Amino acid sequence: MTEAEARAVIYDILSGIAPEADPASLGGNEDLREALDLDSMDFMNFVVGLHERTGIDIPEPDYQQLRTLKSAIAYLGR
Amino acid sequence: MPALGADMTDGTLVEWLIKPGDRVKRGDVVAVVETQKGAIEVEIFDEGIVSELVVPVGAQVAVGGLLARIGERSGPQPQAPAAPVAPQEAAAARPAVAAPTLKPATPRPIAPPTAIPTAHGAKVTPAARRRAAELDIDPAALAGTGVDGSVSVADVEAAARSRAASPPAAPLAAAEAAPLAPTAPPRRVGFDPALMRKAIAAAMGRSKREIPHYYLSHTIDLGAALAWLEAFNAAQPVAQRVLPAVLLLKASALALREVPQLNGTCVEGVFQPGDGIHIGWAISLRGGGLVAPAIRDTDARPLPELMAAMRDLVQRARTGGLRSSELGSPTVTVTSLGDRSAESVTGIIYPPQVAIIGFGTISSRPWVVAGQVEARPVVTVSLAADHRVSDGHIGARLLSVIERLLQEPAKL
Repeated sequence: MTEAEARAVIYDILSGIAPEADPASLGGNEDLREALDLDSMDFMNFVVGLHERTGIDIPEPDYQQLRTLKSAIAYLGR
Repeated sequence: MPALGADMTDGTLVEWLIKPGDRVKRGDVVAVVETQKGAIEVEIFDEGIVSELVVPVGAQVAVGGLLARIGERSGPQPQAPAAPVAPQEAAAARPAVAAPTLKPATPRPIAPPTAIPTAHGAKVTPAARRRAAELDIDPAALAGTGVDGSVSVADVEAAARSRAASPPAAPLAAAEAAPLAPTAPPRRVGFDPALMRKAIAAAMGRSKREIPHYYLSHTIDLGAALAWLEAFNAAQPVAQRVLPAVLLLKASALALREVPQLNGTCVEGVFQPGDGIHIGWAISLRGGGLVAPAIRDTDARPLPELMAAMRDLVQRARTGGLRSSELGSPTVTVTSLGDRSAESVTGIIYPPQVAIIGFGTISSRPWVVAGQVEARPVVTVSLAADHRVSDGHIGARLLSVIERLLQEPAKL
């Protein structure tokens, strides 16, 4: 998955979870949960969304690599 | 009009899902009502044949007011009275969707009784809004299929495709087909934050005025529970994994089996035990607001089922798809602050319940284990309970049972 594709998928899922926010305004190193006020259920829905859209199996210990835009894009691009 | 909580005085009928002649049975969703907590699906608690829809769409009806009549037989429909009549005057039909103990209906028609309120506005994602502008689509007119019912890019593009697929070729046919054409389902409005704030103010004000609260708290080592959960989740596909909050919920439910004095309601100073352990799960809504629909028989459900029930409730709480039975029936409330939140919460009882259990955020703290200080994940659980029906001794027992249950997570 290219960086642009990963970014588009992440934006789309996040804008579904936090409809009032504009993911394009996120900084690469911002904690997504802080910036978008995601609770545990929201974050779980984010992970489920990434899994469904990309087919990547995301083990729970890897969740911390999905906490910022930059690290999540890198994770999806591995 | 069912009472969907202590704070509700009336609701506005926004959609009928039945018509005269339909056969209905207990549990069917028959109407959608707009309340301070958003759009609620009203279930029926009776069965028979619908003989009359008394209230038009758009009418505001007081709690206890008559919405429709259900007849016993499938034969000719009873003569429908021109105006709503009080339930006791109805001979052939009985009030179907009214709480019988409350005052009779006072429907106040609001004109025009056609449109579903859209004043609160559809949720449209910013990306979808941009795409809609590019494609010249009005995103507010679309039915959202995204998370929480929001209109997503996919919805906008689907609308653009369907517009392209049906060129304005045959105006006559199009006009004829119009009533049958696939139209967006009526918008289920989410909730109005200002109205919900009023509802919360009313319920919490009443609680603070009427209920003599007592408060207890206790800090619990979650090391065993979280280690067990990690191993459990490692064997589960992404969507089946369970959040720690589910363990806290289940432990609370099982503890209430052992301490039933805290599960039920207090009506005019008399405690009525719950008819099961139906925990109201407090859900915080984006943009402000709170709702605590019931997860029925919480104590009897396996963890993955509770997790699915919680996800479903959160989703529906935010899109306005909660059901009347879920809002009317909690026997106790549990609130969990979740990640990145405060260490503890001192709850306010939701009347007429008699207790609320609150979990703070799980955090790593120095903890003494077998004489040694270790870093352990701990959670502070609190209880606020009604002193009219129980004492601190009972409350403390509940917290210590929750602690014990969380040390044996495999049994939850």
